[in-house]
Amino acid sequence: MADVVVGKDKCAEQRLISLPLSRIRVIMKSSPEVSSINQEALVLTAKATELFVQCLATYSYRHGSGKEKKVLTYSDLANTAQESETFQFLADILPKKILASKYLKMLKEEKREEDEENDNDNESDHDEAES
Amino acid sequence: MPEAEARGRLSPGGGNGGEARGPKPAQRRHHQDHQGGGEQLGGADERAGGKQVLDRQLCSPPVSSQLPDGVNISKEARSAISRAASVFVLYATSCANNFAMKGKRKTLNASDVLSAMEEMEFQRFVTPLKEALEAYRREQKGKKEASEQKKKDKDKKTDSEEQDKSRDEDNDEDEERLEEEEQNEEEEVDN
Repeated sequence: MADVVVGKDKCAEQRLISLPLSRIRVIMKSSPEVSSINQEALVLTAKATELFVQCLATYSYRHGSGKEKKVLTYSDLANTAQESETFQFLADILPKKILASKYLKMLKEEKREEDEENDNDNESDHDEAES
Repeated sequence: MPEAEARGRLSPGGGNGGEARGPKPAQRRHHQDHQGGGEQLGGADERAGGKQVLDRQLCSPPVSSQLPDGVNISKEARSAISRAASVFVLYATSCANNFAMKGKRKTLNASDVLSAMEEMEFQRFVTPLKEALEAYRREQKGKKEASEQKKKDKDKKTDSEEQDKSRDEDNDEDEERLEEEEQNEEEEVDN
């Protein structure tokens, strides 16, 4: 894959034409504690992002079920995020889809558990106050 | 009943697996100022506003050239890929920043980014990135020498000066913009 990527960069002008450097810079700067960014670092990050996107897409496609219809679908990507260790950091932003009814049920259960915990806390507070 | 989509901000809590990779949806806004490092991924995304999406450019050459012929990418998948790319940039930046801080530097440089790739377990990127870096440095050197050469020529030949100017303006614009950005960065550091 590395060979293909470099091969596509036939002339220097094509190296980063796919991603806007200014946009990438904005994202990088939004990270806290980052004061300034070397131009080379910006270029490398842009290039790395390009490689990453290719990597993610091909991996997801190959391991996904969209293959049959020759389409890369959201679920392919979500599965990759959940199952591959390399792409674990995407798990939160690429969650698997669930039925709304199921989700509402989960919310209710979580709330019930929280309420129970609060009740227990209140009881122990009372005890402490008295002693 | 059609399957309703419950994704994005409404991700089920179970997906986390106990790992604090990103803040829980409900708490995102409040925590973004207090937590550092990797947990900023979710909050910083929102701060970059609508600009976090690198949408259109992402899915033409880089992606479709790698997938087999005739494969399409669904609209949802495109948007997901953009988001993933933004998260990747943030993650990489945060990681690279750690290396810069270790070296007691305030400016992220190329080696920080390369170290970050290894840290993030994307070692396979390191070689192509190094090659790209070399190509970029050669190009910059070439540009610099070319413009220095032109300056020398300008002094000598004032007649052909105007002809060269219109042709080079396009090339120089990018350079100037990049240089300006660097100057702005320096100013920010001083402030």
